[in-house]
Amino acid sequence: MIPTVPQPVFAKWCYRAYVVAFFIYLALPLTVVGVFAFNNSVFPSLPWEGFTLAWFFGTEAPYIGVFHERSILRAIGTSAVVALWVSGLAVTVGTCNAFLFVRHEFRGKAFLYILMLLPLIIPGVILGISILVFSSSIANTLEDATGLWFDGLRPGLILVILGQFSFITTFATLVISARLQKFDPSLEEAALNLGASQWGAIRQITLPFLLPAIVASAVVSILMSFENFNTTLMLVGSDSPLTIAMFDKLKQGSTPVLNAVSLLLIAVSAALGLISLLFQSNKQ
Amino acid sequence: MSSDASRLGFYLLLAPILLWLVVLIILPHVGLFVVSISEKIGPREYEIGMGNYAAFFQEPLFWRTFARTAIMSILATALTLILGFPIAYYIAKLTQGRTKTTLFLMCMIPFWVSELVRTFGWMILLRETGVISNGLQALGLVSGPVEFLYNDAAIMVGLVYTSILFMVVPLVTTLDSLDNSLIEAGYDLGGSSTAVMREIVIPHAMPGIVSGCIVVFMLSLGNYLTPILLGGKDSLWFTGMIYTQFITRFNWELGSAFGFLLLILSSLVVFLGLKLSGQSLSETMGRS
Repeated sequence: MIPTVPQPVFAKWCYRAYVVAFFIYLALPLTVVGVFAFNNSVFPSLPWEGFTLAWFFGTEAPYIGVFHERSILRAIGTSAVVALWVSGLAVTVGTCNAFLFVRHEFRGKAFLYILMLLPLIIPGVILGISILVFSSSIANTLEDATGLWFDGLRPGLILVILGQFSFITTFATLVISARLQKFDPSLEEAALNLGASQWGAIRQITLPFLLPAIVASAVVSILMSFENFNTTLMLVGSDSPLTIAMFDKLKQGSTPVLNAVSLLLIAVSAALGLISLLFQSNKQ
Repeated sequence: MSSDASRLGFYLLLAPILLWLVVLIILPHVGLFVVSISEKIGPREYEIGMGNYAAFFQEPLFWRTFARTAIMSILATALTLILGFPIAYYIAKLTQGRTKTTLFLMCMIPFWVSELVRTFGWMILLRETGVISNGLQALGLVSGPVEFLYNDAAIMVGLVYTSILFMVVPLVTTLDSLDNSLIEAGYDLGGSSTAVMREIVIPHAMPGIVSGCIVVFMLSLGNYLTPILLGGKDSLWFTGMIYTQFITRFNWELGSAFGFLLLILSSLVVFLGLKLSGQSLSETMGRS
C-alpha cells in the first residue's frame, strides 16, 4: 500500500480512521490531565464544576495551588538539584567516553563498548536495588571498622544522583559519540600546524563542533532525570524528588493540584524535548 | 614525548568510564548476587546457600507472579507490535515532508512527559467516577458507574501506551529505508497486498521489529508504576514484589534473589532476540 499503487477507497478510509483513532488514544490521557487542572472541584473527576485557576494560584485550603503548596515546591527544588548534578556528570563522562571510543584504538575496546551499553538493558528497579545493596554493605563495613557514620552511602540524594547517572551516561555517550564521528580530524591538524597546543586545538575547534550534541544530551539528561521513577524509588531517602512526591500523593488520592503540576510538567517536557531535537538536527 | 602525552591522555579518558562501570554497574551486581545467595542464620550472621532461590520455587505466589509478569509482558509486546506497525507504516510510506515530521513529533511528545503523568491520565479516564464511565452513562449505554480500573485490561492499556513509541520509532526507521519501487515491483508481478506485505515489507522491517520488541518487553517487565497504579493492590507484578521484599519486609536476601531472577529473564530475552535476528547489541541500541 503506497501512494502510487491504487487501493480501494473504502480500505483507504478505514486506514485513515485507524490512524486518527490512534492519535486520539495518544492524546487522550494528557488532555484529561490538563483539562481537570482547571476544574473547580476538590476531585480530579467529573462533574465539571466550572473553570478556575485556583489549582495554580489558590492560597486557601482546600484550594491550595501549585505555587503555594510547600511540599510540591520543595520536591521540584529537589528534582532540579538532582537533575543538574546528573546532567553535569553524565555529559562530562559522556564526552570523555566519546573521545575514548572515537579517537583511540586499544585492546578490549569492543568489550568495553558492550559494557557501556549494558545499563540500557538492566531494568531500572534492579539498577536501584543493586546500588542500594552495594552502598549499604560498604557503609556497614566502614562503620564497623571506624565507628563513624557514613550517611552519604545510605538512601538519599547522593545515591539517587549516582543511580540516575549510572544509566543516563550511556545516552549522553551515544549522542556525543555520534557527533564526534562526523568531525573532520584535518581541522584539528590544521590548528596544530598553525601552532596550537593539543588541548588548545580541542578546546577551540573540537569542543565548539560538539556543542550542539553536548547541549542536546544535557537537556535530555535533565528530562530523563526529572522523570525517572524506578531507580529513584529504590534509592530515595527523606527528600523526595517530584515524581516520588507525586506518586505518594496519588496513592492517597489527591486534589486537582496534581493535575496542575502535571500540566506544568507536560509543557516543560514538551518544550525541552523540542529544544533537544532542534539542537541535534540543526547543525548536522 | 608526544606519545607519552597521548598515553597519559588515553589513561585520563579511561579512568572515568572504568570508575563509572566498575563502581556503579559491575560491583553492585556482583554484590546483589552475593546477597542473593546468603541465608540469615542469626542476627548479622549469614552463610552461603541457595535457600532464597529455593524459597522462590517452593512458594507458588512467587513463581506464579514471575510467570504472570513474563506472560503479560509478552502479550503487551505483541499488542504493541500489532497496534504500532500500521502507524509506523503510515508515517514512513504514506506521508511526506512536513506531515511526516508533524506526525512523528505527535508520537514523541507523550513520551517526553513523565510516565507518572501518563498513568495519572489513565486513572482519571478509567476510574469509577472517571471520564469514560460518565461518558457511557451520559450516552445511556450503562445504568450505573462502571469501574474500569484495577484489572488486567487496565494494566495492558497502560503498558501498551507507555511503550508504543519504542516500537514505532525503530519501525519507521527501517520502513523508511525500504525502496518504494520494490513494493511497486511486487504489485506489478501480480502480488496481492497480503503477499507484498508478507514477502517484501515484513522481511525488510524485521530488524526494526526485533529491536522494538526487545525494548518493549524489557520496559514492560521492569515497569513498576503502571501495574501498581492501574492494577491496584492485586496487580501481582514482579517488580512490586521486589519492592515489598526490600522496603516493606526488609528481607534483602530474598529481594536480591528476585532481582537477579528478573535480570536473568530480561537478559535472556535480549540475548535470544539478538541471536534469532542475527543483530548485535550495538546496532540495536544505537538505533533506539
